[in-house]
Order: sequence, then structure tokens, then C-alpha cells
Amino acid sequence: MTPKAEMRRLLAFFEANGAQVVEADILQSAEVLLDLYGEDIRARAYVTSDALRGEQMLRPDFTVPVVQMHMEHGAEPARYTYAGEVFRRQEEDINRPSEFMQVGYEVFERENPAAADAEVFALFKEALAPLGLRAATGDMGILMAAVRGLSTTERRKAALLRHIWRPRRFRALLDRFGGKVEVPASRLALLAATDAMALAGPVMGLRSEAEINARIEALKDDAVAAPISDGEAAILDDILNLREKAPMVLERLRDIAVDLPAIISAVEAMDARLTAMSARGVDVDGLDFEGSYGRTTLEYYDGFVFGFYAEARPDLPAVASGGRYDALTSVLGQGRSIPAVGGVIRPELVHALGDQS
Amino acid sequence: MTIKLGVPSKGRLMEKTFDWFGKRGVGLRRTGSEREYAAAVDGVEGVELVLLSAGEIPRELAAGRIHLGVTGSDLVREKLAAWDSRVEEVQLMGFGHADLIIAVPNCWVDVDTLDDLDAASAAFRKTHGFRMRIATKYHRLVRDFLRDQGVADYQLIDSQGATEGTVKNETAEAVADITSSGETLRANHLKLLSDGLIHKSQATLFRSKTAALSDADRTALSALLDKLN
Repeated sequence: MTPKAEMRRLLAFFEANGAQVVEADILQSAEVLLDLYGEDIRARAYVTSDALRGEQMLRPDFTVPVVQMHMEHGAEPARYTYAGEVFRRQEEDINRPSEFMQVGYEVFERENPAAADAEVFALFKEALAPLGLRAATGDMGILMAAVRGLSTTERRKAALLRHIWRPRRFRALLDRFGGKVEVPASRLALLAATDAMALAGPVMGLRSEAEINARIEALKDDAVAAPISDGEAAILDDILNLREKAPMVLERLRDIAVDLPAIISAVEAMDARLTAMSARGVDVDGLDFEGSYGRTTLEYYDGFVFGFYAEARPDLPAVASGGRYDALTSVLGQGRSIPAVGGVIRPELVHALGDQS
Repeated sequence: MTIKLGVPSKGRLMEKTFDWFGKRGVGLRRTGSEREYAAAVDGVEGVELVLLSAGEIPRELAAGRIHLGVTGSDLVREKLAAWDSRVEEVQLMGFGHADLIIAVPNCWVDVDTLDDLDAASAAFRKTHGFRMRIATKYHRLVRDFLRDQGVADYQLIDSQGATEGTVKNETAEAVADITSSGETLRANHLKLLSDGLIHKSQATLFRSKTAALSDADRTALSALLDKLN
């Protein structure tokens, strides 16, 4: 079987399981993608332009166009599958392909997120079964619930949540909010100044004096807020360092929830998902779970996350990956939103591994 | 075949490069009329001087069309992906010093560190509905630096000249540019972030890792490098 035939086989597999086949343009509006992913996408996607439409990108993935299409005129609930090339600029490793295929499956469904998570995972597992891959799973929802449950200011929680996908900045913020690092001298001087704008010189640019003053006020509020306690910071570390089989993790999380009740509903959701996965024949006792899995991927996953890896081929990226992205649908839905979960498989990798086995 | 040495074709960078080689017993000089890009090398055998724009030297090195080249270390890092797999630094030459930095308006009294910039970016995006704009021509270096530092909610705006003026003209909120004395920044009411130094650049002699070498070339290259050490 060729990689293309593998792609068609996977598409047919998802279609046979009730998904509607959809397509997406290769040229996507750069504006939407840039607004969503930020400047980093420029390093990963091919940007081109024409005089009328402005900047366009060769689609780096299908998620955005599929979500947009669903938000515009999709029926509910909906299951979609798609297949085609995606394009990624390679800046560091010449051996990585700049053009490769993806086959995806996405579920937009409100009623039972645990069942939808389990459905997607079980279908991917079935589609990849002959390859003997290792599944990695995680749940961004638990970490996010833990941050929301910290006994600190809303502003600090928002700052931590914003950087949940950037582990280094997240750690720096947590240390600062925990009083672990010295406040920079410039900050102390600013907070002590009676008229902070005295030496500002001319006010220029789009960021107004009101915005500058608002931030100074926010910094003053923050300076008198109590530090995040060592105990709470340690709880976050406990969650991030979890790396065991799923049932053990669940047990640990129930213990942690005694000290941080805010995560109870996220832990219950995980429990419900494991039950639903079990009902679909997944061996959850043997399922790996990592508390920090999903933190360094794209920043739209906000719940269940998973990936399938060829353990004998550590040089290869994930053969398949996916997760839940409820918040993304509201960003792209202009006020409307719907819970969504899905993922992609890379047919070339399936093909390469299939030849080996 | 000869060893091809690429050197900036004009200005102080060319003069200082000629001086630097001259002090090490390698005479570089332009020949012909003032407008003609012809040159000669004295004091070593088998070396040919190629006069190029400093901005093109990284590309020529990476393509293997020149064996050695003198250019700013900032330009090599900006223009070549995975630069250290394609060229190597032979000598830091001690002139052409310039720092690639991030600067914000003086009036941003609340912003002194990258941490501040990141927080201000988040608030700016919420208020204005778009990401804070940083004007630069060093896209790769700035993007890699900000990603590494975990700064979010910004966008880069291309600016090939007069970058310091973009804030006043409201086409950008901050700039990332090369500065040596900081005078242009001060004149435009901009200040450096205290931890916003992206790269300390200077004129550097680079060697291509891809250029083909005959046996005679190898001899000529090692004779030249011996003189330069």
C-alpha cells in the first residue's frame, strides 16, 4: 500500500464510523491563523500573498478551517473526517518533511464529553492497532482547574492560565507570585514613585497613558497581594509530575483534591472518561497518563490530550495526536461555541511503520 | 581553483576589514576605478577577494560559493536557518560592534523587563483587539528570542529602515533593532528593556562548511588561516 492509499484507507475507516467527509482550501487567511497562534506560526507555516487577498498561508493544519466551517453552518452534533496535505516550514531539521498528509476526525458534541473523548481515542487506537504503538495521555483541564483553584488574585490566575502552554514563563510567574524571586529594582522604584509619569517624557504611540496607569494600579494591587503558598505551588508540581498508569493517577488526584477541591469536577470528568474508554474496550489499567502532557503542543488543547508513538522509532514524531479544544470553538465562533474533540493521523508514518512490521 | 574570501564591498566595514587583514600580513585592496568591484590579495597565494554586500555574505557562505566571509554575526544568525551547521566562526574581529535589542517608548514607565512587556502585550491585545506590534528587520532572531523567553501576544511588523520612527508614527508599539550607542533610540524617546538584549553582534570571519576544497585549496586555506591566527 502506498502512503496515499493508506490515507484513503484511514479516511474510509472514519467515514464508515459515521463521519461526514469534508474538505478545506489549501490557501488559508494568514490573519486568522496569526491571530490564533501568534507569531510562532510564521516560523512553521509558508506565508504567501496576493494583491487582493493579502497574506495567505498554505494550510498548516485542518483544525481551523474545519472548526470555522462547522461554526458557520454545521448541524449538531457533527462528526467530520478529512484527508490531505499540510505544509510546514522546516528551519532546523532538513530531514523533516515540509509537506505531509494528515487524516483527521473531529467530533462536535454537547451532551457527553467523556463519551466523545473515549470515542475519538478508541477509534484512533483501532485504526492504528496493527502498529503496536504506545499511547500517551494527559488532561490540560486538570491543570487549568488547579490554577483556577489557587487562593490568589484573579489577575494572577489569568496570567498563569495564559502561560500554561509555556512551561518556562509559567514557572517564572509562579515563582514571582510565590515570592520566590526578588522584585526587580525598577519595579520597586515604580511602586514607590509618587508621580510615576514625571520622567516619562512625551506620551507617544497607541498605548495610552490610561493603559499605562491601569497597569501601574494593577502592579500596586499585586504588590500587596499575599504570595501563593508553598503548599499550593507544591500541589501544582505534584500534578505536573504525575506519570503513572491512569487508575493510579486518578487515585492520586483524588488525594490532591482533598487539599484543592477546585479540581474535583475535572477529576470526576477524567473518571467518567476512563469509564467510557473502558466501555469501548480500551485497557485503561495499562494506559499511561502524564500530568504535563500537552503543555508544549499547540495552545488550543484545554482538556483530554493524547498521542500515539512508535517506541522503537524515537526519531519519528507522534504518528497520531489530538485532544479536546472547547475554547477554540468560541474564539472562532464569534460568540457561539460548542465542545469539540478530535485528532489527526499521519499516513506516511503509518505506512513507514507498516512496512517495518 | 582558489580560496574565495568574501568581504563587504563598501564603507567602514570594508576599510576595517582591510586593516584587520593588513595587520596580519594579508594585503587586501580594491583595484581599478572607484566604482569597479575588482580587488586583489597580496601576501598569500591562492586566495581571491570577492567584494559583496555584507547582507549577501551569509547566503554565499551557506551556498559554498565563497570559502571565507566577513560579515556581522547578527546577519549570519538572522539569514541562515541552523546557521552553525552551515558555517563556523573562525575569528571575532573586534569591530563593527552592535547590539540587537528590544526598545519601548520612554513613557512606558511600567515596562522595564520582558516580563513587563509580556504583561503589557496581554493587556494591549485585550484593549485594542490585535497583538502588540514590534517593528524589526531581524524576524528570526527576535521571534526565537521571544519564544524562548515565553513572551506572547505580540506580532512582528517588517521594518527595513527608520525603525525607531515607527512608534511615533503608530505603525508599531515597540522596536527590535541594532544599536551601538543608543543615541537614535534616545532621540526617538525610546528606552532599552533591561533584559532585552537579543544578540551582541560584531564583524566576524566565517568559514563555509559546504564549499568544495581541492588539495591545493586546502593548502592555501591553512596558510591563510595560520596568518590570521
